[in-house]
This record gives sequence, C-alpha cells and structure tokens, in this order.
Amino acid sequence: MDERGVLMNKKKLPGKEVVFQAAMILLFTLMLISCIYPFYYIFIASISSPEAVKRSMITWYPLEPTLANYVQVFKLNGIMNAFLVSIARTFVGTAVTLFFTSILAYTLTKSELPCRKLFYSIAIISMYINAGLIPWYLTMRTIGLKDSFLVYILPTAVSAYSMILIKTYMESITAGIEESAMIDGAGYFTIYWKIVMPICKPVLAAIIVFTAVGQWNSWTDNLLLVNNMNLKTLQMTLLEYLNQATNVANMARTGGASAVSGAAISPFTLRMTITMVVTVPILIVYPFMQKYFINGIMIGAVKG
Amino acid sequence: MGTKVRKTHLTKGKITLLCMTIPSVLFILVFSYFPISGWIYSFFDYRIGYKLSKCEFVGLDNFIYAFGDPYIITVILNTLIISILGLLGLPLAGMIAILLSEVRGKKFKKTVQTAITIPNFISWIIIYSIMFSLFSNDGLLTTLIRGLSGNRDSTVTLLTNPGTAKLFMVLTNIWKTVGYNSIIFFAAVTGIDSQLYDAAAVDGAGRWQKILHITIPGILPTFITLLIISVGAILNNGFEQYYVFVNPMIQKNIEVLDYYVYRIGMLNNDIPASTAVSMVKTFISVILVFSVNKLSKKTLGQSIL
Repeated sequence: MDERGVLMNKKKLPGKEVVFQAAMILLFTLMLISCIYPFYYIFIASISSPEAVKRSMITWYPLEPTLANYVQVFKLNGIMNAFLVSIARTFVGTAVTLFFTSILAYTLTKSELPCRKLFYSIAIISMYINAGLIPWYLTMRTIGLKDSFLVYILPTAVSAYSMILIKTYMESITAGIEESAMIDGAGYFTIYWKIVMPICKPVLAAIIVFTAVGQWNSWTDNLLLVNNMNLKTLQMTLLEYLNQATNVANMARTGGASAVSGAAISPFTLRMTITMVVTVPILIVYPFMQKYFINGIMIGAVKG
Repeated sequence: MGTKVRKTHLTKGKITLLCMTIPSVLFILVFSYFPISGWIYSFFDYRIGYKLSKCEFVGLDNFIYAFGDPYIITVILNTLIISILGLLGLPLAGMIAILLSEVRGKKFKKTVQTAITIPNFISWIIIYSIMFSLFSNDGLLTTLIRGLSGNRDSTVTLLTNPGTAKLFMVLTNIWKTVGYNSIIFFAAVTGIDSQLYDAAAVDGAGRWQKILHITIPGILPTFITLLIISVGAILNNGFEQYYVFVNPMIQKNIEVLDYYVYRIGMLNNDIPASTAVSMVKTFISVILVFSVNKLSKKTLGQSIL
C-alpha cells in the first residue's frame, strides 16, 4: 500500500492529501489514547501517594510518586501466593496445551493413522458443542478436579482451534523433510519432536502466546471449582479485593503493613495498585509478543 | 527397496501413531463430550446432595418450568439486543482497517495497531476495575464533570444506570475487541493485489473510489466469515463480562443467558432448570451455525464449516 502512495505523489503532497493524513493522524491518535490512557491512569494512580490523591485528582501525572503502595499490596495476605499460583498455571498450562495439541495436530496429518477421520471429527465437533456451565461443573466435580490445581491445566489441554492452525501449518511445510527422516529409520515420535516441532516455531510461538495470555487471564474455573485459599489465582484475588476494597484498606491500615512510612493505603489506591500488579505482566510481555499476536491473528484469519 | 523398509515400519508405526493420538483424544472426550452426560439432570427432579437414582424422573417438566418463567423472556431479549448491537463492532473494525491502511508512516501504523489490540488481551476483571475507576459514582469522569460544572452534586452513574446499561455493555465489549478484529481486516486489506490499485490509479480513480470499488469488495469475504461466526454465537454473550459488571440496579437490563444459567444453577441451586436452559441454548446455537453457514453457501458461495 505504501508503494501505491509513493507512486502517486513523488515529492510534495497535494493539499487534499495533507488534510486527509492530518485528519487520520488525529483520529487514530484519539483511538490510541482511548486504549492506552486507562492503563496509564491506573499506573499513575498506583504510584501516587494516597494522601495526595485525597486532596486533588490525578489526571496526567502521578502525585508525590511513591512505591509504598506496592510494598503494602505485596504484604497483604495471599497476594504473593496468588501471584505464584498464576505464574505456575501459566507455565504448566501452556506447556501441557502445547504438547497435547501439537502432537494431535501432527498425527492427524499422517494418513497412516488408523481412524484418522474419526479422531479429526471428534476434535472439530467439540468446537460447536457446549454442554453448559452446570453440566461442566458437575462433571469436573465427579472426576475429582474440584479444589485441585489440575482443574486449571487439564480441561484446556487440547484446543481444537489451535490444533487446526498447527495442522494447517504442518501440512504446508513438512512433507518432504519427513520422508527422508523416515527412510533414515526415525520413528514418528522422534520425527514429531526433533524435526517437525522446530520447523513449526512460528505457529507454535503464536499458540504459546495466546495460550499463556489465556491462562493468566483465566478465572471462571477458579470461581466455580476452587475454594482452597492456597490455590487462588491472582485474577480471583483482584476480583475479591475489588468487591471489598474498603475492608481490605482497613485491614492494611491496622495490620502489619503499617510499618511502611505510616501512610495508610486508601481503597482507591489499593484497587489501582492490585490492578496494576495483575496487568503488568501482560503489558510488559505485550510489545515483545505483539509480533506473534499479530502472526496468530493472521494465521487464524487466513484459515477462517 | 524403499517399500520393504516402510512395510515393516508401518505396523509398528501405526501403533506409535495411535499411542501419540489417544491421550489428546481422551482429553477432548472427557472435557468436551463427557459433560454432555450431565444433561440427564434436566429430566429429573434433582436436588444437590441426593443421588440421581433416588430422584424422580419428571420428563420435560423442568423445561416447561424453566421456559414458563416470564423473566426468561427478559433474559432472552437482553441476550439478543446486546448481541445484535454488538454486530456493529464488525463494520467498525473494517472501517478502522481501511482507514489505517491509508495512513502514511509505518511506525505510526504499527504503534496504533499495537495499542488498539491491547484491551483484547486483558481480563474482564481488569477491565471492570478500569471502568470502575473511570465511570463509577466517584470515578474520574464524575470528578472531572464536578470540576468543570462547579456542581458538587453532579454524578455520572454509568455502572448503575438501567437506561444506559445495555449500551454500556455493548460499547465496553466493542472497545475490548474492535482493535483485534481490525487486525483481521487489516490482513485482508494487505492481501489485496496491489496491481488493482495501480490500474485504478491509471484510470484516474481517487482514494474513495478505490476504497469503494477495490478495498471493500476485497475484504467482504472476511466480513461475511466473521458475521457468520457472530450470528452463530448470537446466544453466547460470554459469562465473565456480565459476572463482573452485574449489580442489583441493572441486573434486569443486562442479565443474559450465560449469566442466567450460572445464577439459577450455582446461586439458586436449581440444577435441573439451569441444565435445561443450557441444553436448549446449545441446540439452537448448533442449528444457527449450520443454517447460517448453509444460507451463506447458497447465496454467496462461501462457507466456514
């Protein structure tokens, strides 16, 4: 599209074009602000002193910047533990999903696989049927996943949608290379693990990013099936604190957190700081991973 | 020679392949198909704590009871209205993609793309927290309006206002997803043959003519695919958004099927009625997907299944 632009106007842009470009830049800058500002607002709120926030309002810059809010938040009961649970489910869940999804994608590309059509149909139809929340809940309870860390991991072990993306990619790339490995006597698993997986890095990277973000953001499983405090995720902890921010602020004021410069944390500041703690991992990873996000969307779009 | 090597390899190979496949297929069977067995609860007078075998078989009574409740009409209407208004997000995403592709400056384009996709990767809990800090009774917007108007009593009650609740849900959802969808359209725009534009330029076509006659027809298949998917999912508004945003003031206005099923099942412990509603919802969704797909195949020669 850029070549088109260059072709049309060599050196100086005609006046109409300047007006159009200016209008577009204005429009998209506004859109950009509407997506970035809310996060920026939470960030500056989380590093502003609660006392200063009470006196005047925050809009564009932090008031009396301090990290004390973060120190206090990490001293709250359960936050550190929830942080670790969320990290654990993100890493373990992503690894498990990647393995069981990609291995299924691989074997489904093999015409030698017995009952291949049946297995493929089972995977595809699973995308369209949905037993419903309560039947799902009752099933998870029946098979013993209530109050178990595994409820975060096993139900999402195979994603039919990701499987299709990986399978499409494998089919477009691997045929010739595999033949030669097979003649060398390598078994299917060796070929899958040592040859096919490394070749599929681009699509796998996209799947990893989507799965990991999904795991980090997931909380319905926690809400429905996990009451054990030690297995509570960061998302769920944030939700509970949002719903009772006032009480927590009082706890923080009277509890061990008072050691920090004596400044009491207000419900508002507390909410903002916990929100930031939950959001930051994604915001940090996002710019680096954006390439893969967009890759993933494009692969999905081509397939769709 | 090669055939001989393969023949001995095949039988062993088939077993290896099966061993590699079966665990994954079992996961799908257990977590996607086995829960369907729970539909049986909808035919019994089941109470929590009792064994199903001890409960009375009641045929379709639970369905009649669940769908006889006049409140479910409100819920279904909410579901449909919110879904249909939400469809506006698709043309909006298409427009963003088209206009963004007309912008010079690659860096600026990339930055905009990055920024507008962020909300899609943030959980509803965080979005609720953000909306709460901006739009609640003592949020940023209220503070700003009080400051500007000088009236200390003016408040903005977006989170609890029944009149605007549906629209607020729709707009929040569009804000979250429009950037992501626009990337899909952007991919489609990039895929259009640039010779078409060159030819049009030679013919003296201006920007808007090119957009109208080349770009829009070029991304129409993408638009239709997304539209089919959205129509198939018209009964699924998702559970998470409504769980975090619902409150007594606006419950009647924004309660959708996905939340209703949770509320009567988990909070009111009416497992048979909740299951009955889920079951009907799944049936209608499957029928919708297949018929919309068929319709599109017939009229537009395009299908997604």
